[in-house]
Amino acid sequence: MKERLYELKRQALEQIGQARDLKALNDVRVAYLGKKGPITEVLRGMGALPPEERPKIGALANEVREAIQQALEAKQAKLEQEEVERKLAAEAIDVTLPGRPVKLGNPHPLTRVIEEIEDLFIGMGYTVAEGPEVETDYYNFEALNLPKGHPARDMQDSFYITEEILLRTHTSPMQARTMEKHRGRGPVKIICPGKVYRRDTDDATHSHQFTQIEGLVVDRNIRMSDLKGTLREFARKLFGEGRDIRFRPSFFPFTEPSVEVDVSCFRCEGQGCGVCKGTGWIEILGAGMVHPNVLEMAGFDSKTYTGFAFGMGPERIAMLKYGIDDIRHFYQNDLRFLRQFLRV
Amino acid sequence: MLVSYRWLGEYVDLTGITAKELAELITKSGIEVERVEALDRGMKGVVIGHVLECEPHPNADKLRKCLVDLGEDEPVQIICGAPNVAKGQKVAVAKVGAVLPGNFKIKRAKLRGEESNGMICSLQELGVETKVVPKEYADGIFVFPSDAPVGADAIEWLGLHDEVLELALTPNRADCLSMIGVAYEVAAILGRDVKLPEAEVKENSEHVYDYISVRVEAPEDNPLYAGRIVKNVQIGPSPLWMQTRLMSAGIRPHNNVVDITNYILLEYGQPLHAFDYDRLGSKEIVVRRAKAGETIVTLDDVERKLTEEHLVITNGREPVALAGVMGGANSEVRDDTTTVFIEAAYFTSPVIRQAVKDHGLRSEASTRFEKGIDPARTKEALERAAALMAEYAGGEVVGGIVEASVWRQEPVVVTVTLERINGVLGTAMTKEEVAAILTNLQFPFTEDNGTFTIRVPSRRRDIAIEEDIIEEAARLYGYDRLPATLPVAEAKPGGLTPYQAKRRRVRRYLEGAGLFQAITYSLTSPDKATRFALETAEPIRLALPMSEERSVLRQSLIPHLLEAASYNRARQVENVALYEIGSVYLSKGEHVQPAEKERLAGVLTGLWHAHLWQGEKKAADFYVAKGVLDGLFDLLGLSKRIAYRPAKRDDLHPGRTADIVLDGRVIGFVGQLHPAVQKEYDLKETYVFELALAELLNAESEAIRYEPIPRFPSVVRDIALVVDENIEAGVLEEAIAEAGKPLVKDVSLFDVYKGDRLPDGKKSLAFSLRYYDPERTLTDEEVAAVHERVLAAVEKQFGAVLRG
Ligand SMILES: [Zn+2]
Repeated sequence: MKERLYELKRQALEQIGQARDLKALNDVRVAYLGKKGPITEVLRGMGALPPEERPKIGALANEVREAIQQALEAKQAKLEQEEVERKLAAEAIDVTLPGRPVKLGNPHPLTRVIEEIEDLFIGMGYTVAEGPEVETDYYNFEALNLPKGHPARDMQDSFYITEEILLRTHTSPMQARTMEKHRGRGPVKIICPGKVYRRDTDDATHSHQFTQIEGLVVDRNIRMSDLKGTLREFARKLFGEGRDIRFRPSFFPFTEPSVEVDVSCFRCEGQGCGVCKGTGWIEILGAGMVHPNVLEMAGFDSKTYTGFAFGMGPERIAMLKYGIDDIRHFYQNDLRFLRQFLRV
Repeated sequence: MLVSYRWLGEYVDLTGITAKELAELITKSGIEVERVEALDRGMKGVVIGHVLECEPHPNADKLRKCLVDLGEDEPVQIICGAPNVAKGQKVAVAKVGAVLPGNFKIKRAKLRGEESNGMICSLQELGVETKVVPKEYADGIFVFPSDAPVGADAIEWLGLHDEVLELALTPNRADCLSMIGVAYEVAAILGRDVKLPEAEVKENSEHVYDYISVRVEAPEDNPLYAGRIVKNVQIGPSPLWMQTRLMSAGIRPHNNVVDITNYILLEYGQPLHAFDYDRLGSKEIVVRRAKAGETIVTLDDVERKLTEEHLVITNGREPVALAGVMGGANSEVRDDTTTVFIEAAYFTSPVIRQAVKDHGLRSEASTRFEKGIDPARTKEALERAAALMAEYAGGEVVGGIVEASVWRQEPVVVTVTLERINGVLGTAMTKEEVAAILTNLQFPFTEDNGTFTIRVPSRRRDIAIEEDIIEEAARLYGYDRLPATLPVAEAKPGGLTPYQAKRRRVRRYLEGAGLFQAITYSLTSPDKATRFALETAEPIRLALPMSEERSVLRQSLIPHLLEAASYNRARQVENVALYEIGSVYLSKGEHVQPAEKERLAGVLTGLWHAHLWQGEKKAADFYVAKGVLDGLFDLLGLSKRIAYRPAKRDDLHPGRTADIVLDGRVIGFVGQLHPAVQKEYDLKETYVFELALAELLNAESEAIRYEPIPRFPSVVRDIALVVDENIEAGVLEEAIAEAGKPLVKDVSLFDVYKGDRLPDGKKSLAFSLRYYDPERTLTDEEVAAVHERVLAAVEKQFGAVLRG
């Protein structure tokens, strides 16, 4: 009987090894371990054995049964694992197919630039002032030290509606308007973004409508060196840490002294390239100390208060930053242009 | 202003400074030098030649065969095509091996069988601009005076070994519209002296009053008028050095008398005019405003109609010059002129500007009067002109100056303290540094304990107040030396106003929803101005538009957004979703500023969403547009106060347009473009919306308050109701919500059916109702009771029946 048991074990393990799926494995289980299976049969036939043999054979039979059982379980686990893997393999997809697009628009590049500059100055304690685009001659010119007949009025050919009302030619009227609101008491610390208009024929570098950002700080003891420090801070945040600025003397009727402000070229680090026309510097701002006449007209005592003002063109900055070659792109709203400004 | 480097060197020592270096220094201290141009343009090998023989070319009608002495051993044969070449002339010859502008190399050549050893040059061939070449040489070669030395460097004799600095002058620096003015500026920068030209007039024993008298009837336009008579002049060419200087400054030489007036204009910035005394036709000059209807034929042979806004010089009867702008043809200096009346006057800017504007005439003279001249130098310039005419036109200066003047030099005195200078600039200049700057500027001053009292020279009319001096100090001290500091002030936080912050949120929302931001023009055409407008007013028109297309201010953003959509579609970009936030302009009367109202508008056309390989495709339609707006109202906390009302609006689809109502007020609309308008813009099905942004952003929205998260299960029941097809879903939904209060928490429509399985004129609307009680779990009976109540209500109000 011993031999019989060993033979059964050998046969069972062989068949388990050969089982290809769970059903075949179950057949093996039923065949060997079932109630009518050969091992049960062997145990049943133990009565014919001498009593001293019985426990030995009984133990052996259990041992065999145990071994078969274990082999079955191991095989079952293996087959189940294979089954899962087969199923998952069948579910595989092409991960390179396009995903369902999330519809996303984006701001206009000018808004991008304007908001970036707004945030930068807000960080330095400025508020954002906005005002009318259809202005009076008084705020657009006279309050800015440009009386009627002033030669500098030629510099800005304007869209007049009546003799006293026009489309503002710059955002500077907000200087006068804001100062008036402060009734002669500082500090004033604002930037004013907005649309402006000039009688220019639209071409690659001119637009009859464009945007400007004006800045104004008025307080006791504001110095021109403060203007330099502020604009250097601005240039570094907008164009990169290594930037430097330089002042070149200039003339604006509403500031004195007046300067044009250059930023060292961010493309060539000041070595000279196409962007800076070989000079290493790029002109981006006009600035100066607020003219005493402008302070006085807006109700500030020019002996106690001083201030600085600066102005810049978001179009120019966007053209420099993104390498845009034609100002008309900003107003054509070609989606092939607009959607290039999505990235943060 | 064009400034010859060598000419400038006559007034201020430029030793050790190249033209390029000088340009940089000038730019750095305030006047932008736009460019520096070398007049010789790399020319080599051009000499003065003497035409010994000149005969026709045997084989060509238009060519001449010349034998030219170049100061070498043998004269050379040169073939020349210029019509004015002649025997005995001194001419500029580019020798074999010479280089002309544009790297043009002269080689030995054969022209129609005749050898040519060089080229006789015109001024244009030597790089001189045609517009300044004297008229007699404009179509041929240039001829030197007969005493020009043969073999000498022609480039040098033509003054072309020189560089010209082009100054871009700001309106305040009219003082630099003269060589002397530039000399003062350069002297201040370099710390060197200015050498002024000398003018010693030798007068004859006659008196000018025997020739002419002057009366000024408009002294406010002409505070100073002075003149001199020079007799026995011989009109001829001016000296070559003077001609070359005029050409370097962009002025064409004419004859000695005219050239001298132009030379003085450049040197002193004082325009002069020379009249032919004998052609004046009287012995008096009367300066007055023109009479309406009066005319004058100016030097350019154009008859000009005058008005009372123009100032004229008359002979007592009729105009002989348009003052400060251009002389009259009737009194022009001609070849036979022998007696000249030189006018040196100070005309004020407004009257000259008016004439320039009305006649479209801008001259070197008028530009200077417009910007303002220095009357203190007017007579000095007259003296120098008279002296030069005596010297170079053989004239005899009649004794005395004729003059009419109300002008008095008012001394300008400015006081400024060292403390103020450093306080405004943030610098630490010393008294000595400021004093050195004032000295270099040649501003007379005294200094007492840090207070400077400055007498401003009359040439610097731009300097009148302390800030002007501070600016002079700053630019000559150097902005590079200005420290960089930050304002010292009480720290106040910056930020956006609530309106500005909300507007930014609105932008980000719309962009996140898939719309791109557009910026379009505010100016539009009259036919587009009021189209689509939420509110309209009398269109605001520009006084002088550049085109009809941009002549009035817009009252809606939609027309230009449609243009943008159309522009894109024409370029194969079919799917367009754009929004714009911008102002519209509503008149409040002709002489007041208009109301500017911010609008939010959008345009959607083409596919809204496409994910084709998974079979998804959705075209923009009314409900896409409405969905975007619904999200916006949610964001602003206004959705419960917003309603959509069917509406009819011009240019929109009559059955697919809704007014948007906030708290009962119409604040915008959304709808499909009328098919006719779609066609007009070459667009397919297109949806637009426009909202009054301020109404939305200024509407008080409820503050966020936490509501407890449901603790008990809610019950959902669906009902499908059959109603007349004209019953609006929104109305029915409202009625259900009202009848179901308080247990019905949400009502949402999930199906709309019209068709075969319903009677004609009927539709079925299916709603999902969610019942909930925050205090407990609802029983079926409680839900059923409310459900019955809802059904009864809609049956009563709308005749709605449950769909079987
Ligand atoms: Zn560069």
